[in-house]
Amino acid sequence: MTALRFAWQNLFREWKSGEHAVLTLALVISVTALTAVGFFTSRVGRIMEEHAGELIAADLRLESPQPLAEKYFQLAQARGLKTARIESFPSVVLYGENSVLSAIRAVSAGYPLRGRLKVADTLFGVGNPTDAVPAHGEVWAESRLLARLGATLGATLDVGRATLKVTRILDYRPDQGSQFVDLAPTLLINIDDVPATQLIQPGSRVSYVGLFAGAPADVQDFKQALAAVKARSERLVDIADASPQFRKSMDRAGRFINLTAMVSVLLAAIAVAMAARRYAARRFDIVALMKSMGASQRLVLNISMLELLLLGLAASVVGTALGYIAQAGIAFLLKDLVRGDLPSPSFAPAVLGLLAPLAVLVGFALPPLLQLSRVPPARVLRRNIEPPPLRYIVVYGAAMLAVGGMLLYMVRDLRLVGYVLVGVVGSVIVLYAAGWLLVKSLGGLRGSVGVAWRYGMANVVRRGRESIVQVVAFGLGLMVLLHLTVVRHDLLDDWRNGLPEHAPNQFLINIRPEQVPELSTFFTANHIAVPIFVPMVRARLADINGEPVQGHTYTDDRAKNFVDREANLTWSRNLPEGNKIASGSWWRDGDGGGARVSVENGIATALGLKLGDRLTYDVAGIPVTATVTSTREVEWDSFKPNFFMVFSPGVLDSVTGTYITSVHIDSEQRAVLTNFYKRFPEITAIDIDAIIQQVRGVMDDASRAVQYVFLFAILAGITVLLAAIQSTRDERRYESAMLRTLGASRSIVLQGVATEFTVLGVLAGTLAATGASLAGYFFATHMLDLKYHPDLVVWLLGWISGALLVGTAGTLATRSVVNHPPAAILKEAASD
Amino acid sequence: MTGSAGVAAGLVLAIGKIKTAIAIQFMNQDLISTVSAFVLRAEDVSKQVTSPEGTLTILSDVSLAIPAGETVALVGASGAGKSTLLAILAGLDEPSSGRVWLNGTEITALDEDGRAAARSRHVGFVFQSFHLVPSLTAIENVMLPLELLGNRHAHAQALEVLEKVGLAARARHYPRQLSGGEQQRVAIARAFVTRPPILFADEPTGNLDAATGERIIKLLFDLNMETRATLVLVTHDQELAARCQRIVRIDAGRITEADTQGFTRERRVR
Repeated sequence: MTALRFAWQNLFREWKSGEHAVLTLALVISVTALTAVGFFTSRVGRIMEEHAGELIAADLRLESPQPLAEKYFQLAQARGLKTARIESFPSVVLYGENSVLSAIRAVSAGYPLRGRLKVADTLFGVGNPTDAVPAHGEVWAESRLLARLGATLGATLDVGRATLKVTRILDYRPDQGSQFVDLAPTLLINIDDVPATQLIQPGSRVSYVGLFAGAPADVQDFKQALAAVKARSERLVDIADASPQFRKSMDRAGRFINLTAMVSVLLAAIAVAMAARRYAARRFDIVALMKSMGASQRLVLNISMLELLLLGLAASVVGTALGYIAQAGIAFLLKDLVRGDLPSPSFAPAVLGLLAPLAVLVGFALPPLLQLSRVPPARVLRRNIEPPPLRYIVVYGAAMLAVGGMLLYMVRDLRLVGYVLVGVVGSVIVLYAAGWLLVKSLGGLRGSVGVAWRYGMANVVRRGRESIVQVVAFGLGLMVLLHLTVVRHDLLDDWRNGLPEHAPNQFLINIRPEQVPELSTFFTANHIAVPIFVPMVRARLADINGEPVQGHTYTDDRAKNFVDREANLTWSRNLPEGNKIASGSWWRDGDGGGARVSVENGIATALGLKLGDRLTYDVAGIPVTATVTSTREVEWDSFKPNFFMVFSPGVLDSVTGTYITSVHIDSEQRAVLTNFYKRFPEITAIDIDAIIQQVRGVMDDASRAVQYVFLFAILAGITVLLAAIQSTRDERRYESAMLRTLGASRSIVLQGVATEFTVLGVLAGTLAATGASLAGYFFATHMLDLKYHPDLVVWLLGWISGALLVGTAGTLATRSVVNHPPAAILKEAASD
Repeated sequence: MTGSAGVAAGLVLAIGKIKTAIAIQFMNQDLISTVSAFVLRAEDVSKQVTSPEGTLTILSDVSLAIPAGETVALVGASGAGKSTLLAILAGLDEPSSGRVWLNGTEITALDEDGRAAARSRHVGFVFQSFHLVPSLTAIENVMLPLELLGNRHAHAQALEVLEKVGLAARARHYPRQLSGGEQQRVAIARAFVTRPPILFADEPTGNLDAATGERIIKLLFDLNMETRATLVLVTHDQELAARCQRIVRIDAGRITEADTQGFTRERRVR
């Protein structure tokens, strides 16, 4: 009780004197960052819990690349189940001269069987639930589709050969994938309008879906019956299948964004450690005095622990409340990615909001408190007696335990925590070394520019350790922001610009063999070079060397996907352009080698294929077997049709397929595209530029959210700066008084302070620009195979933002120190 | 000084003289441990510290016994070891060897927390630089030792003592709002508020001007007499030392002279 009373009194007094401001701020920022992210991810996670059934818009879903047999629906109806159908395929939608590639979803009445559609009457308006589907001749379009087309409610759109009227804005549909939407915006049409569009032709890429819902027992019974009769290429999905996948992708995104928030927590923890050290140092005398009056070590420790615990609780309440408000910001920035109504957040992150400051305090503030409790009482007689220094293992062990504990709570994966901890320790060492180099490099720059400059520079070097910590704390936040804003854009532009000038920018798929001559004529008439038409057949790998293949037997995700889905196959006499033989040899005309196949190197490795293996494909019910005689390296970003499997001529020729090609259309020729869409509506044209735009949009949204979270890191960096200023406050006051006694004006002292912090900011900016550029270099050379071009803007932005941010914040926070009258300070110092 | 006060002072002095005489006698006979009349006792206390230059002996085989109610001045040159001796006698520091009894408790046998408990019951302190907690008001500073003892009437008792030192009107002032002399008066009030049997003072007038110092000393001795506490003070001030019943002179870590004022005076008279 005595401890609690003392703790409460201390807290009250310290709070009043402003001494706890930095500590509180640091704790509040860490809680806000963590809970904002936590509340947001909980909202996304709750979609799963509350709307599990809605994820697939039914209780059971049957998906197939081929039209579904009518008997399946009869089987379901016989068991009293409700049914509905979806046919979905990509197609260009036209509005006047404007065209946008969209995902057409043709639905039957009754869709969705679980969950409800939401529609609005204005563009980007708030949706209301409806039980209807678009009527015959009508479409419901997403706002972003209409916005891109420049159309609005009531507009008539050309979809294939049909002209349909927009009667509603589609706001939400329950089965919008994993909530992270397809790249293309959705256009919902009535399934009865599909024939009129003439978009579905033999070989078209269509996904046929049957939806079934009813009493659980009936659904289970139907599922068993269906499993027995369905074709292999038809995939049954129930909630149990969909949820883990959804949950997994949510978990991954959640972990990533949580780790992002951890950066702020770590920086705030540094500020907490610095503030706690000052707190302890300031209390050395008081603790010695209390001990001389009979206070035990335990009482002293209890008082300071309780005091910080109370502070932690207050910070947790305030931080959690702010986090709750801030999560709305993330939801707003990601509104295009995570669409539909997010449920309200769960209160689980509040637990994290409570635990995080405690963990930060135990890990980063407890060591100085332990030291405080060991202050010898004899200090009351001799002030030079210090408590014994703490062992490094206590200081760093506590910090590692706290960080590890928090990470484990958030990501719940011991191995990942291990990796992250190793990464954190490694990064800290590298960053600290870089900061050390930067600070040391200033030694020679003191020169004879002026007393203010020399004083400022000398301070940066003299307070070496604090300077390094500040440079690193700011540098880290700035680094991520620079990388996400400047470097990422540069890379995407570099990649796009790095493509050959006349690289194809339009992919044309679903070309029927009889359309090839007509299409060639069209190109010639419009002065476009006639491309090579590549035949394509969709088929599923049935067995390898006579052994049937099944996805679940592979550990490699690529192999799993490849085996579970239909693949695109082609045949070719010559080695396709941009392909290189990696092993084996290509076939020659008339070499009598029989049916052969050349496999792309990567998938061959994933599937464990070697030369001489025999692959059997199920091509529309007909088994086709070929021997692997070569593997190829494929240049995927050549924007030419590329294939994993290329067969020798004569193997697939007889199977009905379609053609695929890619052409380059100059921007001034884009009007040709509109004519093309009108004349060949059933041919799907995929506009690469539009896709790049869409990819960029998604990346922009995602990185804006990450940048938002990193703003907390910048705030945490400011608390580190404030903590550093606070810890040197007495020293600075004395120095400023000395300088002013010696005749320096206030403005000279202030200039010195401004120099010190501006230099620190420039150093942080240098570190940030170096880090961001190195990350850019790594992504460019290792992931995008690009030549990296350093960008001066990154450096300029780093220096300017660092100098402005640190220079201004530091000078403002130190200003009051300079304002005290020198006489009072010197007298105070003399009486100590 | 009035006649009766003079008689009383003479009586106290006489009792002190007798006790000290007994103490010295017993010390010589090495029978100190059997006598409980001594409120503070040190036996063969030595203190060594290691420094970059090697082991440094600060105190060497110091033995001392102080009867209850006596006023003792520890004097000596700077660095002679008087503050270290004070720290060890008060249980603030541990000797390298030797034993110390504080009000019958052997504090050298206790750990830090045990010594803290002994201090809380038996000891009060007055320091050269006052050591007031800057964030606490005058009365809160005085309440501090009572609160550490869990005393529920801390406020009333603290106010009572503040009245005695003439600072009741400034009870709610912070140390920075008080003069040096006032601060030391608050410190004295804090030292006496628990009515400790032993009071240690380390250069109590070291930071004060002569006139203020004089007033502080008077207050210290008056309160000491009123509470019948034992007073052990470290000082450079010859006049202050002369007001104590006994002067213990320390030189290079050894007691070179442990005499009572009476004996000194007697010698002077002769």
